[in-house]
Amino acid sequence: MALTGLDIYKLLPKTNCKKCGRPTCLAFAMQLAQKKANLSDCPDVSEEAKKVLGAASAPPIKLVTVGTGAKKVEVGEENVLFRHEEKFYHPTGVAVTISDDLSDADFNDRLKKINSLKLSRVGTEIEIDLVAVINKSNNVNKFAEAAKKVSSGSHLSIILSSASVENMKAALANCAEKRPLVHGANSQNCEAMAALAKEKNCPMTVTAPTLEELADMAECAKKAGVEEIMLDVSGNNPKEVLQKLTKIRRAALKKNFRTLGFPMITFVCDDDPFQEISLASTYLAKYAGIVAVNTCEPWGIMPLLTARTNLFTDPQKPIQVEPRLYAVGDAKEDSPVLFTTNFSLTYYTVEGEVEGSRIPAYILSVDTGGTSVLTAYSGDKLNDKVVAKAMADAQVETKVKHRKLIIPGLVAVMSGKLQETLGWEILVGPREASGLPSYLKTVWRA
Amino acid sequence: MEIPNLADKWSSGVNEITLGATKDNGGTRTKTITIGGSKCVPFMDFEGNPGHKPVVAMDICDVPPDDWSETMSKPFADVLNDPAQWAKKCVEQYGADMICLKLDGIHPDKGNKSAEQAVKTVKSVLAAVGVPLIIWGCEQDEKDNEVMPKVSQAAKGENCLMGIVSQNSYKTLTATCLADGHSLITMAPVDINIGKQINILVSEMDFPLNRIVMFQSTGALGYGLEYTYSIQERERLAALTGDKMMAMPVICDVGREAWRAKEAKSGDSEAPQWGSREERGPMWEAITAVSLLQSGVDIIRMQHPKAVAAVKKCIDRLY
Repeated sequence: MALTGLDIYKLLPKTNCKKCGRPTCLAFAMQLAQKKANLSDCPDVSEEAKKVLGAASAPPIKLVTVGTGAKKVEVGEENVLFRHEEKFYHPTGVAVTISDDLSDADFNDRLKKINSLKLSRVGTEIEIDLVAVINKSNNVNKFAEAAKKVSSGSHLSIILSSASVENMKAALANCAEKRPLVHGANSQNCEAMAALAKEKNCPMTVTAPTLEELADMAECAKKAGVEEIMLDVSGNNPKEVLQKLTKIRRAALKKNFRTLGFPMITFVCDDDPFQEISLASTYLAKYAGIVAVNTCEPWGIMPLLTARTNLFTDPQKPIQVEPRLYAVGDAKEDSPVLFTTNFSLTYYTVEGEVEGSRIPAYILSVDTGGTSVLTAYSGDKLNDKVVAKAMADAQVETKVKHRKLIIPGLVAVMSGKLQETLGWEILVGPREASGLPSYLKTVWRA
Repeated sequence: MEIPNLADKWSSGVNEITLGATKDNGGTRTKTITIGGSKCVPFMDFEGNPGHKPVVAMDICDVPPDDWSETMSKPFADVLNDPAQWAKKCVEQYGADMICLKLDGIHPDKGNKSAEQAVKTVKSVLAAVGVPLIIWGCEQDEKDNEVMPKVSQAAKGENCLMGIVSQNSYKTLTATCLADGHSLITMAPVDINIGKQINILVSEMDFPLNRIVMFQSTGALGYGLEYTYSIQERERLAALTGDKMMAMPVICDVGREAWRAKEAKSGDSEAPQWGSREERGPMWEAITAVSLLQSGVDIIRMQHPKAVAAVKKCIDRLY
């Protein structure tokens, strides 16, 4: 649990010297408790107080960075169990595996395929983050060679996976500057693997069959001087994996159990891509910091990346679509024109219904700061002037020959004024988007 | 190293509902389904009874769907004109736990079928399969209020799950379901407060709380899934902490919503970079379902056999 102001006060010099800029030590302590002040503002604080307070103010889940540059992956520093409580901060890293026992040609083909897992949907690009190099051959040279090939042949961050310290050392010699995640430490090799990770300044994982042993392993890595640790909770029993992920997140956030205060990684390996992606999406929703899969088909990766986009959006901040004129189907100069707001949920609901009606149409997404129709109207973000400006900006009058605009039924009340401002005939559409297909088929066509 | 106790304590849980009635209980079902009963966060059975396993209801329709893609239609090409055979195929070949019969054909724009025709369809489906039935109106209030009471009477005693009722239109169907011994789906469009309000309205008509299933309308993967996810998660936490008006099991409409997404339905030539449509569509549906399962769902409506198989297997492995 976080320390209270009084707990902190007991650790301060209690001299009320004002050197920190606050009138009393107690006032300073209260601000520290609310995280509105830094301990370094006090020049006289004891080493002991620094140690206690420094630990208490650290985030409950350590931030771990894998890789460098544009594609580096940052995971950890999460504050909540449920996204509606605040938000999830660091999107789960998605990794695809590659084995070092593949023939040269197969290896290159697969790496090429992995590199191309950048997909475009609803106007945005989504991409995987990491390549996990698996030392399946157990051979030191093959592993080192594979690491080299991935390091030079991919823009993605790297995970090196081997339980052999010797093999890991050889692979790291070829790519340590990329700051790969060292995956493979267990109860047999933890000290040596941790020493290696420390030497190369790389983040590392630890694994163990039980949470108790996992905490011991994390402690072992920490003692060796490794600060960026990830807990590996892979396994063949999905239920056990899912429960462990939840338990570790709870331990860190609710019990302030710092030994398990690290982000988690899960390798999901199932021969059936449907099972593999289903489980990866499940673990992604419930707290995995990185998920690694074998599937490298876009039809498997795209839904996984989309699930991540969905769950890591900020629930307090409505997502928006670009405010402009969208053509649905083969819209022509005699096609209907509708407007709605640029709140993405509103827009896509309208777009879905228009598309379902199979009547080509133009939808004007009016910039309301990403709010829904009624919210925007009541906040005066949606009025005749706003709509007229959006119509002008999108040059709607050059797109269609008619001068008729369909408006959301919820704002029927603005039709008179809008007609005046715009000089277009205003048609009041249905109150719910679900009424659009029949509206377009009957009212518009008539 | 010793680990603290990580089980959360919950004071309450999700209502338990049995759907379908066998001969002993005045119906003709050969099998009933019990849902709900969970007293823990989904799949976290170390802290409480997980209740009953989530079930999959496969969608069938009284008219052949006019908006299904080729991939979606193919497995059912031989039965799309025959709801009874369609239902049979879902149960016998694809392992559907329940059948959801959608009466789209009664909608004024989609055939405007009469109540008599709907009754005939319902009876044929009841005769063809032994699993419990969900009967879902066309979501046009006037027509539903005309047709659904007759359908309800025709299926009297079968304890079907009937829907949907909303804040704007609930009295007719609530009254008939009460009279004919069915359970009821209350709908609120992605709004937790309206979700609670509609449950209160229905319960004020003396409809028993333990015969209600909640529907928050479903956002597909990529199209608002996160809204549905968080509302359902909040509803589940409310149920676990003792809110009686939020303690109903939850149903999701995954099949229809997922297959409306471009990512699921577009052809290979339209979107070559997205990969084969034969896998892409079912995968989109499956991932919509498994993601929502983590928020707390008791009945998932689904369409494609491949997605159904994947989701059922995933549930078995997590439960």
